[in-house]
Amino acid sequence: MATSKVEGSSSLRHAFGGVLSVFILLLIGVVAFSIRLFSVIKYESVIHEFDPYFNYRVTQFLSKNGIYDFWNWFDDRTWYPLGRVIGGTVYPGLTLTAGTMWKLANSLNIPLSVETVCVFTAPIFSAFAAWATYLLTKEVKGPGAGITAAAILAMVPSYISRSVAGSYDNEAVAIFALIFTFYLYIKTLNTGSLFYATLNSLAYFYMVCSWGGYTFIINLIPMHVLLCIVTGRYSSRLYIAYAPLVVLGTLLAALVPVVGFNAVMTSEHFGSFLVFIIIHVVALVYYIKGILTPRLFKVATTLVLTVGIAVCAVVVAILVALVASSPTKGWSGRSLSLLDPTYASKYIPIIASVSEHQPPTWPSYFMDINVLAFLVPAGIVACFLPLSDASSFAVLYLVTSVYFSGVMVRLMLVLAPAACIMSGIALSEAFGVLTRSMKFHITKYFECSHTEAPAKLGESTSTESSAPLENMTKSDTTEKPEVARKEKVARRKQKKEKELTENAHVKPVSAKKEKRPLVLPLEASIVSVFLLIVLGGLYVLHCVWAAAEAYSAPSIVLTSHSHDGLHVFDDFREAYAWLRHNTEVDDKVASWWDYGYQTTAMANRTVIVDNNTWNNTHIATVGTAMSSPEKAAWEIFNSLDVKYVLVVFGGLVGYPSDDINKFLWMVRIGGGVFPHIKEADYLKDGQYRVDAQATHTMLNCLMYKLSYYRFVETDGKGFDRVRRYEIGKKHFKLTHFEEVFTTHHWMVRIYKLKPQKNRIRGKSRKSKLGSKSTSSKSGGMTHKNPWN
Amino acid sequence: MDRRLQFAFVLLCLGLLSSTARSDLVVSKAERLVDLNSHIVRVLSKLKVENEGPDDVSEVLLALPDAQAKNLAAIRTFYSDGKLGFVLPTEPIEPKGMPSDVTYYSIALPKKLGKGKTVSLDVLSIFTRSLKPFPEEITQAESQLVVYTDNMYYTSPYPVKYQSLVFRLPGRVESYTKYPKVELVKSELRYGPFEMQPAFSYSPVVVHFENNNPFAVANELVREIEISHWGNVRVTEQYTISHGGASLKNGFSRIEYQARPYMRGASSFRVLIAKLPARAHSVYYRDEIGNISTSHLWDDSQRTQLEIEPRFPIFGGWKTTFTIGYSLPLHDFLFEADGGKRVLNMTFGCPLDEVLVEKHIVKVVLPEGSKDITVATLFPTKQSEDVKYSHLDILGRPVVVLEKDNVVPEHNLYFQVYYKFNNISLLSEPMMLIVGIFLLFVACIVYMHTDLAISKTSSSYLEKLQWEEVQATVQHIKNIFDQYLAAHDKLESSLRDLSRSGDVQSCKAARKAADAQFKELAKELKPLLTFLQSCSQASSILPKIEELVTKEKEMQEKEMAKHTTVVDCFEKKLGGKDIESRIASQQQKLTSLKQEVESLLDSISEI
Repeated sequence: MATSKVEGSSSLRHAFGGVLSVFILLLIGVVAFSIRLFSVIKYESVIHEFDPYFNYRVTQFLSKNGIYDFWNWFDDRTWYPLGRVIGGTVYPGLTLTAGTMWKLANSLNIPLSVETVCVFTAPIFSAFAAWATYLLTKEVKGPGAGITAAAILAMVPSYISRSVAGSYDNEAVAIFALIFTFYLYIKTLNTGSLFYATLNSLAYFYMVCSWGGYTFIINLIPMHVLLCIVTGRYSSRLYIAYAPLVVLGTLLAALVPVVGFNAVMTSEHFGSFLVFIIIHVVALVYYIKGILTPRLFKVATTLVLTVGIAVCAVVVAILVALVASSPTKGWSGRSLSLLDPTYASKYIPIIASVSEHQPPTWPSYFMDINVLAFLVPAGIVACFLPLSDASSFAVLYLVTSVYFSGVMVRLMLVLAPAACIMSGIALSEAFGVLTRSMKFHITKYFECSHTEAPAKLGESTSTESSAPLENMTKSDTTEKPEVARKEKVARRKQKKEKELTENAHVKPVSAKKEKRPLVLPLEASIVSVFLLIVLGGLYVLHCVWAAAEAYSAPSIVLTSHSHDGLHVFDDFREAYAWLRHNTEVDDKVASWWDYGYQTTAMANRTVIVDNNTWNNTHIATVGTAMSSPEKAAWEIFNSLDVKYVLVVFGGLVGYPSDDINKFLWMVRIGGGVFPHIKEADYLKDGQYRVDAQATHTMLNCLMYKLSYYRFVETDGKGFDRVRRYEIGKKHFKLTHFEEVFTTHHWMVRIYKLKPQKNRIRGKSRKSKLGSKSTSSKSGGMTHKNPWN
Repeated sequence: MDRRLQFAFVLLCLGLLSSTARSDLVVSKAERLVDLNSHIVRVLSKLKVENEGPDDVSEVLLALPDAQAKNLAAIRTFYSDGKLGFVLPTEPIEPKGMPSDVTYYSIALPKKLGKGKTVSLDVLSIFTRSLKPFPEEITQAESQLVVYTDNMYYTSPYPVKYQSLVFRLPGRVESYTKYPKVELVKSELRYGPFEMQPAFSYSPVVVHFENNNPFAVANELVREIEISHWGNVRVTEQYTISHGGASLKNGFSRIEYQARPYMRGASSFRVLIAKLPARAHSVYYRDEIGNISTSHLWDDSQRTQLEIEPRFPIFGGWKTTFTIGYSLPLHDFLFEADGGKRVLNMTFGCPLDEVLVEKHIVKVVLPEGSKDITVATLFPTKQSEDVKYSHLDILGRPVVVLEKDNVVPEHNLYFQVYYKFNNISLLSEPMMLIVGIFLLFVACIVYMHTDLAISKTSSSYLEKLQWEEVQATVQHIKNIFDQYLAAHDKLESSLRDLSRSGDVQSCKAARKAADAQFKELAKELKPLLTFLQSCSQASSILPKIEELVTKEKEMQEKEMAKHTTVVDCFEKKLGGKDIESRIASQQQKLTSLKQEVESLLDSISEI
């Protein structure tokens, strides 16, 4: 009777555990979703960042015009007069995902706007990412570690920074795709199932659709495969996990227009093909080894090695020659700057000018992954006890992502899941050990107090301890008979070991002898559990703070707290709304590229350059115009058919990321293409300044004039609150531009190009000689105009 | 000569009119007050009409020059009966034999006007777009000047005995038509009085004056009123607002605007005030790029006042769009009507102050399943019907669309929508959800319990089937062993009874019963074991079960032996201690065996 009760309770406990973990996972999903809603609750349900406005606009186009028009979309509202083929230059994953979600909702007659769907896409996918992390970590180290890792990932600040509601960026979907691809790879590696291998290629396809970071996958997995081969862990499962991924994955990746032939042509993918060849060679060797006698095999090896090395040398030489013939060695600029952190600052200022492409500082590690930084080493140690294919992958993932995050702040995002997985493993192992030893002590205590048969304790435990061990090995063999029949020694070993550790949780007494060194004193374990809980609590507090304060402040609306409450700076939207309603539909607006996406999306006006910095020359043209004197700038803008010029100015309210602070990059990028712009002309003694000591060129360039036009009238001195000094040139007039709109806090100023006709008539009325000289001058100027 | 001609013309008219018996009417007094304060011009004409003819008259004609009539937004006649006031129906007509460049309106009198009687009528006519900005383009610093043109005499198909004209002006007057009988007192410009003017007398009067009041024009307003019978009326108003005055030239300078906002930018407007019904809640104000954070809401029991500020001050020719939305409690607006119908009673016009709506569209979205829809309005509108799909609709919600051009605040009157609706339909959508989720679970259950294998003969499928069978068998075996253990327990308890009561016989009987049960169980176990032996799938679990069987056999023997010893001892009447020492070794073995069996069972159950 007693035993049957125990039976029932244990199966019930299993069922209860299953239900509980499903419930916990659901809650984790809810947490992941709701922790990202601060921005919507505190501000409003709109796209909060600048860049995502482009994705939003693309999604709108997709939902309005359908998928085929989307693929063929030539956007004539950006990069005027060049235009941009959106369908072929955009990673469509995010847009297609949101578009599909919107369509699904609308087909059920749920009236959600495209905007709402876009705003909530990132939080929804964060929940998915947490679940994917559970699956991945479960494959690596069991469900306990999985749930811990999922809970940690649900609120890791690094990921929150990219996926708050309203930040509609590629990364939101891509991190889910990344983790899920890794999960399927590990799952394939653990099961050797071709079904999962196919799913893995599909997940990889989704990742390729979503983000340029897919190259991380296609380099990391080959690295892991190579590692397995080198450490003698080659198996047919490894082959099944890798070969279909390369073949199917590359074919599928080539289907994405933005990748296309890059999937086979660029050096980023070269490693995967090399490993593909290697794994085939290894597979062949294993096969031949199986059918030949050892002596024959030795002969064959020497034969093949001599011929093979010769052939390989020739092939490698050809490849190297081919690759070396291209100037960038077949690597794209961003990838190169990953391999050589100083590359971008040396050669490509446009990549270096983006703040998220800079290397991170130490505080940003603490800000973004917080206590995980301390837990990760423990996780690595746990991964080596014992080392399996899956745990070696986790370690490799962590190590590579640590390197990449050290190169670019932005790639901290790739590190976050790895850190979460490692910390999840570390925490769950630590809890396992501690609770096991606590349980051991408590049961011992109870058994000692048991008066019935104290003497028999030693004997019974000794018999027990031997019996369950037997059982364990047996239960392992019985667990999956079809697996057992196949020769998967490695897996079984690993499984057994896992079982051992797992069973150890349930039966602390039985595992006592083997696990004796892991049993800690009761007091120590209670204190450590308490400390771990405190650590987790601190992490949660930090995450909630980061989500609420640091990462939910939108960039389109600025707020400041003053003594009389919250003050809202809604200048950007004021300016864009003005442009949208009070200019002609086909007017062209010139601004620095940072504001391109917003202008097209919010103001619906054609821009010259935007955040998709594909044409350096075009950006340099705008940079040149901004750094030229008024008249030359007018010529350049006029040749580009520009009607309005938009500058962002923070001097009145102290908004630091304004155009004057970005101006050095305009000079640098402009000067990189048009040599008559020299950076030295804008610097006084190597210092960048706009006060009285600034250079003449600086004080007469268009950017200075447009920013500070009539600024002195606000306070009589022209005190710039960002630069914290009075400006150099205070009173001046604009001759070729006129102010048409300035927002409430002066953050956005819009100028109109004065029409040419009036100007010439006015001059000719004054004196004919004058007009002649000006016209000849303007003719002379045109050589500076990059468009002629 | 001129006068003669005019006189002849009048005579002719009179002659023509006499045939329709209208010629006998005379306007004995006409006082006109033209309010030029806002961009909507309101003309209030106080008329005293006298019947000088012999016949009773039942209608009075009003006349408006076509130039004015095309700008007419509304015309209304008030008539006071000593105590009660009425609004008299005023319809446009086209009488025969009248001058053609004049539009006529006929007022139906409540009772016939007898000979020599007079009637007092107040006619309010509202004109839009009658103030022409002059100059048409101004800079930010300038004030807006507008021109208003009217007839100095009251245009009437009847002779007017006594009349006067007063313009009420908002500010400085630039110039006005000079005339002997004119005086400018503060903000009022008075013409007249004039006496004995014949019908259709005309003399133009032009006033050029400063008007900086907001010329807010809604080029289009779409008001969507959505009724939910769960207790809510949701109103969404989409505005396209522009400034209808003189357009801005030379750009907008923020520094000038901020330094002296009322002087530099006097013609612009930056605030609009919406008067919403009382108990309006969930108010929002946004446009296509998000919330507009500049708005204030005042709330009291009488009404809700919303002060909204567009993103930027609106200067002449500038435009902006925004959306206001709010919710209202249903019971304030929906009532029961005769014949089981429901009636929605809402205001028609735009809640914003002094805004001219050029194209006004009201959409009333009724709940899904509403029938027999009729609309009652106090003025003619263009009606059409539409269907809207929202929140899990299948048939769609019927939408009544009312359109009207040139809507002024005076159109802010109630209109009624009558429809039939069954409350049961309310439950359709929750039921749909419930059924949907129920079906989802059913589908899950069906999926879990059906065999979806495509090939029933494939080896893996057969293997799976066999494996399931093996599992069932193992479960059965487990049950049998549970019974074994139960039998052992029974034996033990019989021994305990024995030590207490000393009843040897019942103890023996218990042993016999246990023995029989053991045999029966062994019989039951045999076919199961043979099945497992024959089954390839069970090869992994078989050794464990075999071990279990042997262990149990051993345990059985030991238990029996112990039982016999104890019973024997009792029969021999040995002491308790003695018995214990005899069975001690057996007891020890038994316990360890039992533990082994239990752990084996445990491990079996884990598959």
